[in-house]
Amino acid sequence: MTIIASLRGLERGFANGVKALGPIDLDIREGEFLSLLGPSGCGKSTALRVIAGLLAPSSGTLTFPNGRPRIGYVFQDPTLMPWATARENVRLPPELEGLKRAESDTIADAALARVGLSDFAGAFPRALSGGMRMRVSIARALAGRPRLLLMDEPFAALDEINRDALNEDLLKLWRQDGLTIVFVTHSVYESAFLSTRIVTLTQRQGRIASELALASPDDRTSEWRMTPQFADTARQVSRALRASVTVAA
Amino acid sequence: MNPRSLRTLLPLALGIAVLMLWEGLVRAYEVPRFVLPAPSAIWDALIADLPSLMGSLWVTFRITLIAFALAVVTGVALAILFSQSRTVEMMLYPYAVVLQVTPVVAIAPLIVIWVGFERINLALLILAWIVAFFPILSNTTLGLRSADHNLVDLFRLHGASRLQILKRLRLPSALPHLLNGMKTSGGLALIGTVVAEYGAGSGTATGLAWRIIEAGNRLQIARMFAALLLLALLGIAIFFALALLEYWVLRQWHESAVTQEK
Ligand SMILES: Nc1ncnc2c1ncn2[C@@H]1O[C@H](COP(=O)(O)OP(=O)(O)O)[C@@H](O)[C@H]1O
Ligand SMILES: [Mg+2]
Repeated sequence: MTIIASLRGLERGFANGVKALGPIDLDIREGEFLSLLGPSGCGKSTALRVIAGLLAPSSGTLTFPNGRPRIGYVFQDPTLMPWATARENVRLPPELEGLKRAESDTIADAALARVGLSDFAGAFPRALSGGMRMRVSIARALAGRPRLLLMDEPFAALDEINRDALNEDLLKLWRQDGLTIVFVTHSVYESAFLSTRIVTLTQRQGRIASELALASPDDRTSEWRMTPQFADTARQVSRALRASVTVAA
Repeated sequence: MNPRSLRTLLPLALGIAVLMLWEGLVRAYEVPRFVLPAPSAIWDALIADLPSLMGSLWVTFRITLIAFALAVVTGVALAILFSQSRTVEMMLYPYAVVLQVTPVVAIAPLIVIWVGFERINLALLILAWIVAFFPILSNTTLGLRSADHNLVDLFRLHGASRLQILKRLRLPSALPHLLNGMKTSGGLALIGTVVAEYGAGSGTATGLAWRIIEAGNRLQIARMFAALLLLALLGIAIFFALALLEYWVLRQWHESAVTQEK
């Protein structure tokens, strides 16, 4: 099994004395859908930011055994530039990379098509619904042609119908591109539906509390949510989460 | 009647009523012209002196406009410098504040002496610039800093340079703040010009403020009112022009422009 990123004894504190994360040891495996599950404030965002290279660890190491992969990042809020159209937002990564305008546009339009927003390429963010904005945000991450996609509670602010639809679409993208996804959430059902593996974090100082490999079928669709197997999985995840929170308390 | 036309009609009706009352009272009690001239007398003075008043209006307007343009250019440039170097900001910002809090009337005589009475317009320009500059600097500085932290991270993740982050993220983020600062600064540039003219206190200045002083010295109160009216109209025109510019630039995307539409 190929390891795409490896965290060893990794910790991150802040100047104000808050020890936000770790120490944790974690291998991120190529092609997996890994969820980081934990209560808010436990250091999930910090973990993603360290993996993305936006924060340096205070101690421990982060290594990429096969070289640093292309990384995409999706935030909890769509985080779009309000003065730019959907297309202009989505073509940001290729443009920053130095690709020509025409090439960037081609990539952006393809990415928008994949999230079902071809007709809205010229729309400004304020004209789009919350779910559509999040789709633009995902398209922007795709436009960076990532191998590793980091997502920080991307659907937390959406209503359930939008969230379920986006969950299913995300799985499709993950399968089609052979992506590796690290997905931060505090939702048991979301992580149970999406993940191939779940890591729960402790309440304080974000250490790994438990690890759960899920044996879900590859083609998880809305049908899967209705099965007893899914209910079992969710129960299992819920129990693990509860245990990891009480351990720390 | 819809609220929009009420918004225009109500103040208009009040204005006309006050003018009529004013005219009536002045006539009824035969108030002397050098105490309070009737609106009709002010109108007559305005028409009679229109050529010289318009000349003065132009002088005041030109100084205001140039001072404002200079304030925008230098304010934005300094704000950009601040955003790139914390050291420069810490070094210079206190002096910008000192410049801001010192009343312009107090500096006016000094600047006039330094620049020289023969170049009085340059002195006025400098004084108006001092007043108009600060809102641009502070608003733009705030705006450049207000860029979404996550977007900054995203730019960094995709390898953007500082210059790219400035040009493509910080400057657009600062635009609403800058436009807002411009609304304040445009009005201040006019105030600065007028106050500086008073402060300069010499007959070499030929703007509207000087017309007011001159007419006051001769007890031509109607003429004072006429000049005052032109000043007020200029102030209103500047404000509306800048508000329009703000709306026009931001109508695509900014929240404050959006809520107006609802
Ligand atoms: N830049 C920062 N400076 C100081 N403390 C921070 C900073 N970022 C996060 N923290 C603190 O670190 C802890 C973990 O934060 P975070 O990683 O955002 O948690 P989560 O994403 O799980 O909600 C919190 O207590 C938070 O207040
Ligand atoms: Mg978080």
